[in-house]
Amino acid sequence: MWGALQQKSGLATLVSSLKHGQVLERLVPMAFTPSRKLSTAAKEMTVRDALNSAIDEEMSADPKVFLMGEEVGEYQGAYKISKGLLQKFGPDRVLDTPITEAGFTGIGVGAAYYGLRPIVEFMTFNFAMQAIDQIINSAAKTNYMSAGQISVPIVFRGPNGAAAGVGAQHSHCYAAWYGSCPGLKVLTPYSAEDSRGLMKAAIRDPDPVIFLENELLYGESFPVSAECLDPSFCLPIGKAKIEREGKDVTITAFSKMVGYALQAAQELEKEGISAEVINLRSIRPLDRATINASVRKTSRLVTVEEGFPQHGIGAEICASVVEESFEYLDAPVERITGADVPMPYAANLERLAVPQVEDIVHASKRACYRAVPMSAVV
Amino acid sequence: MTTMSTARIPPASSPCIARKPKASSNTGKLPRVYVKPGWLRKDLMGSNLRFSEFRSAKLPCSPLTVSAIASASELVKERIETKSELLVTREEGLELYEDMILGRSFEDMCAQMYYRGKMFGFVHLYNGQEAVSTGFIKMLKAHDSVCSTYRDHVHALSKGVPARAVMSELFGKTTGCCRGQGGSMHMFSKEHGVLGGFAFIGEGIPVALGAAFSSKYKQEVLKDEKANAVTVAFFGDGTCNNGQFFESLNMAALWKLPIIFVVENNLWAIGMSHIRATSVPDIWEKGPAFGMPGVHVDGMDVLKVREVAKEAVARARRGDGPTLVECETYRFRGHSLADPDELRNPAEKAHYAARDPIVSLKKYLIENNLANESDLKSIEKKIDEIIEEAVEFADASPLPQRGQLLENVFADPKGFGIGPDGRYRCEDPGFTAGTAQV
Repeated sequence: MWGALQQKSGLATLVSSLKHGQVLERLVPMAFTPSRKLSTAAKEMTVRDALNSAIDEEMSADPKVFLMGEEVGEYQGAYKISKGLLQKFGPDRVLDTPITEAGFTGIGVGAAYYGLRPIVEFMTFNFAMQAIDQIINSAAKTNYMSAGQISVPIVFRGPNGAAAGVGAQHSHCYAAWYGSCPGLKVLTPYSAEDSRGLMKAAIRDPDPVIFLENELLYGESFPVSAECLDPSFCLPIGKAKIEREGKDVTITAFSKMVGYALQAAQELEKEGISAEVINLRSIRPLDRATINASVRKTSRLVTVEEGFPQHGIGAEICASVVEESFEYLDAPVERITGADVPMPYAANLERLAVPQVEDIVHASKRACYRAVPMSAVV
Repeated sequence: MTTMSTARIPPASSPCIARKPKASSNTGKLPRVYVKPGWLRKDLMGSNLRFSEFRSAKLPCSPLTVSAIASASELVKERIETKSELLVTREEGLELYEDMILGRSFEDMCAQMYYRGKMFGFVHLYNGQEAVSTGFIKMLKAHDSVCSTYRDHVHALSKGVPARAVMSELFGKTTGCCRGQGGSMHMFSKEHGVLGGFAFIGEGIPVALGAAFSSKYKQEVLKDEKANAVTVAFFGDGTCNNGQFFESLNMAALWKLPIIFVVENNLWAIGMSHIRATSVPDIWEKGPAFGMPGVHVDGMDVLKVREVAKEAVARARRGDGPTLVECETYRFRGHSLADPDELRNPAEKAHYAARDPIVSLKKYLIENNLANESDLKSIEKKIDEIIEEAVEFADASPLPQRGQLLENVFADPKGFGIGPDGRYRCEDPGFTAGTAQV
């Protein structure tokens, strides 16, 4: 999986510089947690372990939480996220389902109507399309249709978006689809800390939560603080995180693209452009306040996402910024998205179909009027 | 003693019906009825009979053409003939009568109100099918749950949701059972265990399965012995071709969930006849294929439905798993109030109108001296008053306020996110007054 390798090498550089404690200061979101600093001797955790530990702890804390999905039990999880859970909690709480997305999603929703707290795993969110009727019509809308009588405390989780070389039907990003539906909360973690905190928040939340993970991030390691490792750790839903402060251009991203944006920011730094990188964390509700505050500071915006361009996350952010911070913009909003084509299989075409670090760098430079406009084909 | 007749009854000794011995009914188990495969198809293909005509026609008993729709109807008939026992007491009979009259009067009033413009959108009426709702739901306890489709008014009423709450909901008033936010197709009541109200057919079945699952989970994992609630899922013949139906049958039998799948086979899915849409029209036959009993019952006869319901509910509550019950029934009106209902044969409609469940029950009660005309008339009068009062209440109720638009989207309203001032939008006092910006 060369795509994963490429990604890994980029992050390895980032992580190694973290170990030297140099870049650490800049990564501390000062606006977000005012008095805490990450310990320089930070423990590292993969996203996979972060998710596993979060689900494990929440299942231990509340017997109403249970996990269901394909291969979550005996197979230890299709991507090993639920490793060890069957052994620990037994087959009553970790259920291997038949390949019936619509059916078992509906079962999860019905159980949630009655106060249980299911975590429904989709092997990928592509398969969730077979269950989308249950997600939208039975889960998202029920609290409203029943006028608050029946809430649906359910979490739908699984990998979303492109992996490497998996073809058109396995690479679709659903952030925009679910992000447009009222009644849902949509979360997109990036780091291990995001994964732990947001997963716990999702499980504790009384509303249906779509938890969009990324297959290529599962194996990535991130430093985690002692606070993050605490079982009661939780991140608020609806608040974005400023991963890197800057003053020249705002770059918003979510999920895997946060890593790319951070790399792009490093490259831009060399050219004298100070980029502020925002990790959205929450697609719905979108943290428009943070995004707008950042744009009012920098006056330029680049949105990055892996999904298709039309009606995407970037479109919504752009509209939000134009509505609320129009006078502050010094340049048109730049959107970096996946190509408007079904994901090709060939490795070189796939590379062209997803955003790369260079694309983010070029877009940021364009926003700063420092580059000649590029054509669609790089 | 009169019994309500099914269309045709084959001789019990017919070679083409394989059935478990009657003793099994004493142990509380429902018989599995196995039929020679292809019996119905061959006959239909040979004679071009429409399904409804076939059911009412008298055909000679031959190995391939005899109806094997024996099962529960037969069982009940035999029980009646051999034991000479009344199927209900006076109180039970009057309760059933009142519930069916409530359903019928309510639906008739809905039609009136719709044509007067008080009700709008999609309204699907239940006239003619009351025996199924009453037969099953009156066998349930208060903590059991019912899950339905868009034809859900009468299910809600039978389960105990007050008529005025349902009427207000249909008028779109804030005093409705869902505060006017659900409407005709989305009746929910947590208090009465009504899970909806789903517009997409097949959608409610897995949700009902989830309710049954939660029952089992609470018993086994949370060790709550009192959590023995049973769920009944109502849906139609059209749904039985939908993938979610089969997925649910599989998982219900696999995990032995306390659910009863009740098929209200009224032979029509809007204008699509069941026979034109289904390769094997006997829906009850699909139960054994998934490992559960499949039972067919005359859905125009509330007493027969009740007998089947009794056993199916007991089976589920015992932990023996799901049952698939196909109720042959008929809707007297069109699919919805917007349906011109041109495709159905008037002879077919007349045939079923003659089997009106309310008329049949009335006849049974009177002939068996369980009630007299004046008892039944007083029930009808009482129901009329309830319905009138419900309409007055709904008329007088206020429309929802502006601020209600944004309410109940989330159980945790922080889901609306953070406003431009950096605070959560739901903390803005203008939010629920409907004046805040979203």
